[in-house]
Amino acid sequence: MKDRNHLANIGLIHQVNIIENGLIDIPMLQVLQPDGTVHAKAKLPDITEQCSLKILHTMQYIRLLDERMVAAQRQGRISFYLACTGEEASTVGSAAALEPQDMIMSQYREQGALAYRGFTSKEFMDQMFSNQNELNKGRQMPIHYGSKALNFMTISSPLGTQIPQASGYAYGQKMAGLDAVTICYFGEGAASEGDFHAGLNMAAVLNCPAIFFCRNNGYAISTPSEEQFAGDGIASRGLGYGVRTIRVDGNDVLAVYTATQEARKIALEHQCPVLIEAMTYRLAAHSTSDDPTGYRSKDEEERWRLKDPVLRFKTWVDANGWLDEEQNLAFIEQSRQEILKELKLAEQVPICAIEQIIEDVYDTPPWHLKAQLAELKTHIEKYPQAYPKTSGRQ
Amino acid sequence: MAKMNMLQAVNNALITAMNDDEKVMVFGEDVGHFGGVFRATSNLQHTFGKGRCFNTPLTEQGIIGFATGLASQGSVPIAEIQFADYIFPAFDQIVNETAKFRYRSGGQFSCGTLTIRTPYGGGIAGGHYHSQSPEAFFAHIPGMKVVIPRNPYQAKGLLLASIRDDNPVLFMEPKRLYRASVGEVPEDDYELPLGKADVVKQGTDITLLAWGAQVEIIEKAAALAEEQGISCEVIDLQSILPWDIETVCSSVEKTGRLLINHEAPLTAGFASEIAASVQEKCFLHLESPICRVCGLDTPYPLSHEKEYMPDHLKTFEAIKRTVNF
Repeated sequence: MKDRNHLANIGLIHQVNIIENGLIDIPMLQVLQPDGTVHAKAKLPDITEQCSLKILHTMQYIRLLDERMVAAQRQGRISFYLACTGEEASTVGSAAALEPQDMIMSQYREQGALAYRGFTSKEFMDQMFSNQNELNKGRQMPIHYGSKALNFMTISSPLGTQIPQASGYAYGQKMAGLDAVTICYFGEGAASEGDFHAGLNMAAVLNCPAIFFCRNNGYAISTPSEEQFAGDGIASRGLGYGVRTIRVDGNDVLAVYTATQEARKIALEHQCPVLIEAMTYRLAAHSTSDDPTGYRSKDEEERWRLKDPVLRFKTWVDANGWLDEEQNLAFIEQSRQEILKELKLAEQVPICAIEQIIEDVYDTPPWHLKAQLAELKTHIEKYPQAYPKTSGRQ
Repeated sequence: MAKMNMLQAVNNALITAMNDDEKVMVFGEDVGHFGGVFRATSNLQHTFGKGRCFNTPLTEQGIIGFATGLASQGSVPIAEIQFADYIFPAFDQIVNETAKFRYRSGGQFSCGTLTIRTPYGGGIAGGHYHSQSPEAFFAHIPGMKVVIPRNPYQAKGLLLASIRDDNPVLFMEPKRLYRASVGEVPEDDYELPLGKADVVKQGTDITLLAWGAQVEIIEKAAALAEEQGISCEVIDLQSILPWDIETVCSSVEKTGRLLINHEAPLTAGFASEIAASVQEKCFLHLESPICRVCGLDTPYPLSHEKEYMPDHLKTFEAIKRTVNF
């Protein structure tokens, strides 16, 4: 048996010295300045024209989608929506630095990462209208996307639960010898949940190749980050867990991209977790059920609008001579049309047949679910007009 | 066949599963080199390596979250919660994540390979926090299976079935019997079906139903009743969710009487669910009210443990009351 000495690396002091300020200065990586020009001292990531254009297109697409769906919610066409305006660089830039085989376990504001993976307008709309074509069979509220084909784990509402799950998923990838990591997104508010501590600690101790990506967007619904934690953001905690950590400008695609690329490399090479804290701002309301005027000023929002991540990146792409404005406008118009078309189609598609209500609870429905379904169907047949979405269907 | 106690049977099942499938991994607090506080995982790390049998930090919510993610990746995790009393930090993961994983993704993702093992129950001078029987909480969660063995033979067969079942299973082990229950166990691989009750003894006057460590209690009460000429049918439910209503109801139709015994507190215990369902199905066959002999609606007491327990004497008295109703 091994002898252990857990005091081995501790120095001694001989006067009481309570550490009052344990904060170390954790700087923020920034490659692009807010005006879209490259910092003089910055090292540009290895990024192709094709990849840059895909990032730009995805960010623009997501902004269109968000605008359209917030409007659709206001019109009463869908029950709920959650925009990611202002945070596009964090999610799209990080997703772009990954490989398709990497698992994405997201919170709920990462539609940018999902769109980058190739989720179609039809798939977005089917999900938001909970229709029978929806991959999750219409069982969850709008924006709870999931796609096995795209390695994007189905979203759940409880905050932070995906964090220890990501550690486990990554452990499985390691044990299977896969060239793949798991990226786990969450907000700075979710990092107050016990699952954050549990997940990061386990990933560190069990050497899991996971990237923990915190979108520190300043707010958890109405609660500002200074009422969420007293320490130096989320990055400082990574160091406490023994997790390699970097803080980046979350409104700078190139900073996010290069940090995530490096994190992936480290996670695979060293079979260990990496924490990225992306400093950004939730320009959007928390959701369509929220009204930010009750807790923050227009001036504050305006200051962040000037740091618009989409415009910043677009300026850089343009400066590289990669942007054809005419083609870009055509892309935007085509996306707008496509979103509208798919929205109109998806809202006409019926919900799943009633039989689906008991499917997937277990691998096969046990006796009590079959009995409950039979009873329910008899009842629906008796009162068809009370259940118009499922009555009279086979 | 070999003589084993329940711990050895659990250990043997884990070895069998790990030999059979290299994706099987066993982890939890102290389960690694030490082999678990009860030694259920003895020698697994030595035999299968640290990658497949390991200690976790002391975080139940972390263990189940990790296990759920690991299962969804395609591995076959067997997570240990050291005492069922400490499973509650993981309640959110189990209720909102593990149990809903397949349903919420429309069957795209599943953590069905997950098995959670946990020792439960009293009778070991464990006081409030080493004695509870929380099966009813988990019986209320669509998507979970809940399984409880009564002896070493059942433990191995049911545990192997739980590990290979494509649904998350909470496997609750009656720790009072870990060393006390000894029996012949096949050394070969075998499974016992989930969702099936086991008729331990045939009888005609009353059906006695229990699970886990309480099965031997109702057997003891049945022996006392037999001396007074009361013929008891003894059933081990084995699976709490889903439960075998057919076996229970056909027995009640025969005997006309039902007594349910569990260690957990009376109010909203699983006996309530059984009683409600059985009276619905067997109303016209019932000769007397369905009787529950359960723990008191108090926290599990230390010094009054003996008085708290729904023991064979309380059961015997209840049998007589029910038969003479």
